[in-house]
Amino acid sequence: MGQIEWAMWANEQALASGLILITGGIVATAGQFTQWYLGAYSIAAGVLVCLLEYPRGKRSKGSTMERCGQKYLTRVVKLFGPLTRNYYIRAFLHLGLAVPAGFLLATILGTACLAIASGIYLLAAIRGEQWSPIEPKPKERPQIGGTIKQPPSNPPPRPPAEARKKPSEEAAGVPTGGPQENPMPVNDEVV
Amino acid sequence: MGNWVVNHWFSVLFLVAWLGLNVFLFVHAFLSFEKATKYYYTRQILGSALAWARASARCLNFNRMLILLPMCRNLLSFLRGTCSFYRSTLRKQLDHNLAFHKLVGYMICLHTAIHIIAHLFNLERYSRSRQATDGSLASILSNLPHQENYSWLNPIQSPNTTVVYVTFTSIAGLTGVIITVALVLMVTSAMEFIRRSYFEVFWYTHHIFIIYFIGLGIHGLGGIVWGQTEESMAENHPHKCAEFFDKWDDPASYCKPPQFEGLPAESWKWILAPGILYIFERILRFYRSQQKVVITKVVMHPSKVLELQMHKHGFSMEVGQYIFVNCPSISSLERHPFTLTSAPEEDFSIHIRAVGDWTENLIRTFEQQYSPVPRIQVDGPFGTVSEDVFQYEVAVLVGAGIGVTPFASILKSIWYKFQHTDHNLKTQKIYFYWICREMGAFAWFNDLLASLEQEMEELGKVGFLNYRLFLTGWDSNFAGHAALNFDKANDILTGLKQKTFFGRPMWDNEFSTIATAHPKLAVGVFLCGPQTLAKSLSKCCHQYSSLDPRKVQFYFNKENF
Repeated sequence: MGQIEWAMWANEQALASGLILITGGIVATAGQFTQWYLGAYSIAAGVLVCLLEYPRGKRSKGSTMERCGQKYLTRVVKLFGPLTRNYYIRAFLHLGLAVPAGFLLATILGTACLAIASGIYLLAAIRGEQWSPIEPKPKERPQIGGTIKQPPSNPPPRPPAEARKKPSEEAAGVPTGGPQENPMPVNDEVV
Repeated sequence: MGNWVVNHWFSVLFLVAWLGLNVFLFVHAFLSFEKATKYYYTRQILGSALAWARASARCLNFNRMLILLPMCRNLLSFLRGTCSFYRSTLRKQLDHNLAFHKLVGYMICLHTAIHIIAHLFNLERYSRSRQATDGSLASILSNLPHQENYSWLNPIQSPNTTVVYVTFTSIAGLTGVIITVALVLMVTSAMEFIRRSYFEVFWYTHHIFIIYFIGLGIHGLGGIVWGQTEESMAENHPHKCAEFFDKWDDPASYCKPPQFEGLPAESWKWILAPGILYIFERILRFYRSQQKVVITKVVMHPSKVLELQMHKHGFSMEVGQYIFVNCPSISSLERHPFTLTSAPEEDFSIHIRAVGDWTENLIRTFEQQYSPVPRIQVDGPFGTVSEDVFQYEVAVLVGAGIGVTPFASILKSIWYKFQHTDHNLKTQKIYFYWICREMGAFAWFNDLLASLEQEMEELGKVGFLNYRLFLTGWDSNFAGHAALNFDKANDILTGLKQKTFFGRPMWDNEFSTIATAHPKLAVGVFLCGPQTLAKSLSKCCHQYSSLDPRKVQFYFNKENF
């Protein structure tokens, strides 16, 4: 299992735990269960976890599939710099967020799942993984005229660049643009 | 729209039947718990949350019964074999086993959520009515003494017990939490992204289903759903006695205190048969994989493609099937699927490309020429839709990159059939499209196409196989060379008579040409490749199939791992 990036799985697990925390919290708050304020806390914690985990980090090998619409959150998460890049911090943050929700039955499932996610993040951190944002590649504007270094000196039909290179290397001093010199026999073919 | 219905009617019917059964079971269980007199007193405390919990539990049992069945590959292969007299649309459904498994999985997640939320309400209401002192029916019921075995209703024994304590000290609660955590882990590791990129994580984690099923069987053993016993209903019928609850203790009244009993566990009844079937399936897979496999030839092709030719006693295959390969020296537990690239008439072979940990290790092990050849275990073969190719008079085969492997098997089989002049071939014409990104990947397939070309010429059947090769990863150098060598008879890249095309095929043109060339035939379109290509091909199939069933019909078949 050498090249597994545990952080990717931890990310999925944490996102799922966040959703479970939110659901449990809503049930406890709406049903006005005993200690429902823990439910309200768990909704807030769940939302925080979801916002943090929604932007998927970049894989170190291969291409990464972005989640739908994640680029806005990526910018926000990137702002926190090392706090969000480092997985040790994330592991302990998740563990800390999970503990208070463990006292209410409705959210205890969220606690268990988030604790597992925290454990996987710890494993990822020990193996030196880091969160890096998926940046959109800057669009390469086709530079008008950038690739045309020298206008062609021969009229068509012209052979491709490699075949053209040979005569210009051999006849270095001869001015191009002189009489027509085709490097290969050209037939008048009607295709 | 009409074409979509013709191609998919069986899937739709099957899904409607499955959803319908789900709805029926849910509503039936809901009504029986909501209306039954037996649970009248229980409902006084719990309200409808009891019915919600039981209804979702019934659906959960139903779906858990179904979820193992699509994973019994050998059973499905057997069914495919016996269904040979059915139309190909029915046999295709057995290939959607993975899709169905996922769908049932999602339904289980949904019902788990309903079940847990309902039980949260149940526990909360039990707890509240235990603590209530308002003398209502609910609180009297809750305070029924726990001295005798069947005289109590509320499992929470004292007002100071918290629901968390009750959950973790009851069989149902503890197993429920454990199996739900197992379910969440299974789902997160099975997400498409994780499954495609880190297969081992998915494969090993998904085996937690064993814990899930064992926990499930234990889950109902506590008998925690209390209903009134039959004898008690004779002495204390809720419709007559419920109003007079303050007189139950009075020995003079005709209403005695009610007696209760727990509902016995029923989950095991649902999962026993599929569980046994699945155990048989795994034993069969293990047994088949233990048979000795002799590696007869190892070929390293460019682009890190490894070809293994093997021989196994008693192994017989059909075109386009796949096998599971396990290499104990690399990983004792992992098995990965590979399509067979050989024809049934020769020793079976597979082509493996380096895409991840396991495949790279395998290729590296075989590259070391001085160490002994590693042992290989093989399970299969398992069937896919490629077997249907010879049922169509005209077949369109599309393979993208390494996805050409099932079609390699088909083309080789054609070569053998021609050599032995097998006139049972229904196929009159084959259009083969191979779409590839890099040049090196052509090499191992080159020989096959070259010999087929020659074969066709010798037999005078030049029109039988039309193949087009598309190179999508081209740049101006390639185009330049192609333009330079335009007048040469053979293609400069492959040496074949057919010139290589650059870029992607224009499917609309291809399909309309084929439709005009064969106006009255059924055309089978077979794809092994990415999802986007599947979408455009299936769109073209729908578009170019005429609504008249006697005219040209395109049937789309996709293979997937």
